[in-house]
Amino acid sequence: MEGTPMEKTAIAHISMTINEGEFICVIGHTGSGKSTFIQHINGLLTPTEGDVLVDGINTKEKKSVLDVRKKVGLVFQYPEYQLFEETVEKDIAFGCKNLGYDEEKQKECVKNAMETVGLDYEKFKDVSPFDLSGGQKRRVAIAGVIAMGPEAVILDEPTSGLDPQSAMEILGMIKDMNGKGKTIIMVTHDMDYVYKYASRAIVISGGRLLFNGTPREVFSNAKELMKIGLDVPSGCRYAYELRKRGMDISMDVMSVDELIKDLKRGSENE
Amino acid sequence: MNNIMLGSYYPGNSVIHRMDPRVKILLTIGFMVLIFFVTSFLGYLYIGLFVLATALISRVPIKMFVKSVRPLLFLIIFTFVLNLLFIKGDTVAFEIGFIKIYWYGLEFSAFMALRLIFMVTSASVMTFTTTPVMLSGGIERLMSPLKAVKFPVHEMSMMMTIALRFIPTLIEETDKIKKAQMARGANFETGGLKQKAVAMIPLLIPLFISAFRRADELAMAMEARCYHGDEGRTSYRVLKMKGTDYISVALVIVFGCIIIFFG
Repeated sequence: MEGTPMEKTAIAHISMTINEGEFICVIGHTGSGKSTFIQHINGLLTPTEGDVLVDGINTKEKKSVLDVRKKVGLVFQYPEYQLFEETVEKDIAFGCKNLGYDEEKQKECVKNAMETVGLDYEKFKDVSPFDLSGGQKRRVAIAGVIAMGPEAVILDEPTSGLDPQSAMEILGMIKDMNGKGKTIIMVTHDMDYVYKYASRAIVISGGRLLFNGTPREVFSNAKELMKIGLDVPSGCRYAYELRKRGMDISMDVMSVDELIKDLKRGSENE
Repeated sequence: MNNIMLGSYYPGNSVIHRMDPRVKILLTIGFMVLIFFVTSFLGYLYIGLFVLATALISRVPIKMFVKSVRPLLFLIIFTFVLNLLFIKGDTVAFEIGFIKIYWYGLEFSAFMALRLIFMVTSASVMTFTTTPVMLSGGIERLMSPLKAVKFPVHEMSMMMTIALRFIPTLIEETDKIKKAQMARGANFETGGLKQKAVAMIPLLIPLFISAFRRADELAMAMEARCYHGDEGRTSYRVLKMKGTDYISVALVIVFGCIIIFFG
């Protein structure tokens, strides 16, 4: 759409560094440019102005595009819609095949990836991905990206449309991956997840980077966040509402537990 | 890919945009027939002025009409050259080696080229000013007499409308799946024909699955809203001919008479 009247600046002035091993949550509502942002990180989109460097590789360099995609895995929203092979094993191996691995290496990668997402290799390898449940399908799709051995994994709302149990399992799995040293960048709408899991939160609004800091720092701007229609962790929201009604509650309160502690402290003082 | 033009509708609110689609369809067909009655260049001058006038009234930029001819440019040039080479007349205009170009051939070729151009541009006036939904609605009403011989007019038009409605959705979906597979290292750009065909499999299978899923969901949603086909169904947009429709019909008929008798 470049050069036509339909052209629109999706994101601009986003300047940041993502370090190895971080767990970053990207917050912003629909149309804020967060999807555009994450697609820039693995070179699916390239900036018209400025540069994106992945481990020193500029994503604009056409010949190293596979290297970038190998380093940074991207799991789209509803990734199970991209499954196409006859068996789970073949589908997960698709990425490795594209990277030119031989069969033995492919098998090894598939095994490791299935272990990471918590699917039993022997039990599931010959099953058609279309016969699985929603949560299992999503695990297979995520495994398809992890099998390529990325150093960083981007996940766009990995829990949307799942039942609470599967959602918690997927989140636990992501947390484990982070624990094993993988950098995680996750788009989410659930602020409780952000508070619980993220080491850093970034807020994108109108295509611009609005906040960039630890969840605690970001959510201390509860008023601004709520003004642009975003949520804050439930504890933080209750604290904000109580403060508005004249109660003295510490600005530090993030979770419900902290709120209860703060309320108890307040009543003891009286 | 999101802002793809559907059909070739050009949004606007001119008199022509607001006309009854049935009238527009019939007048366009009538006008195209009329183009075949023209026997002189003077006639084409009238036709050209008429098309220009309607184009101006529709407030669709002239540039768009020029663009609408472009896909047919090859055909127009091809027939022009063929006619030029093979039509023989009395007087030779000029000779290049063994190729003889006759005055009559030149005249006839230009005539045919003009005919094609005017056919395309006059049809464009209709497609630019009528939304695809209105078009299929108009066609449904025009074909409704065929119901007497059990022709499924309503079903046809409903299928057309749904198909049109889903084109942008499926394009968006294709884009999404393509990106997801590219993130897994798929390569859609380079390689030979066979490689490219094989590369399409990871794109086409999910696309078909999602198309079937959408169709299923849509059928369910339609049924939940009591869709039961044509019988006893009323229309939200009742097509009714207005003053401008009658005036335009009259104008085209008068113009047609002028062309037939003087053109």
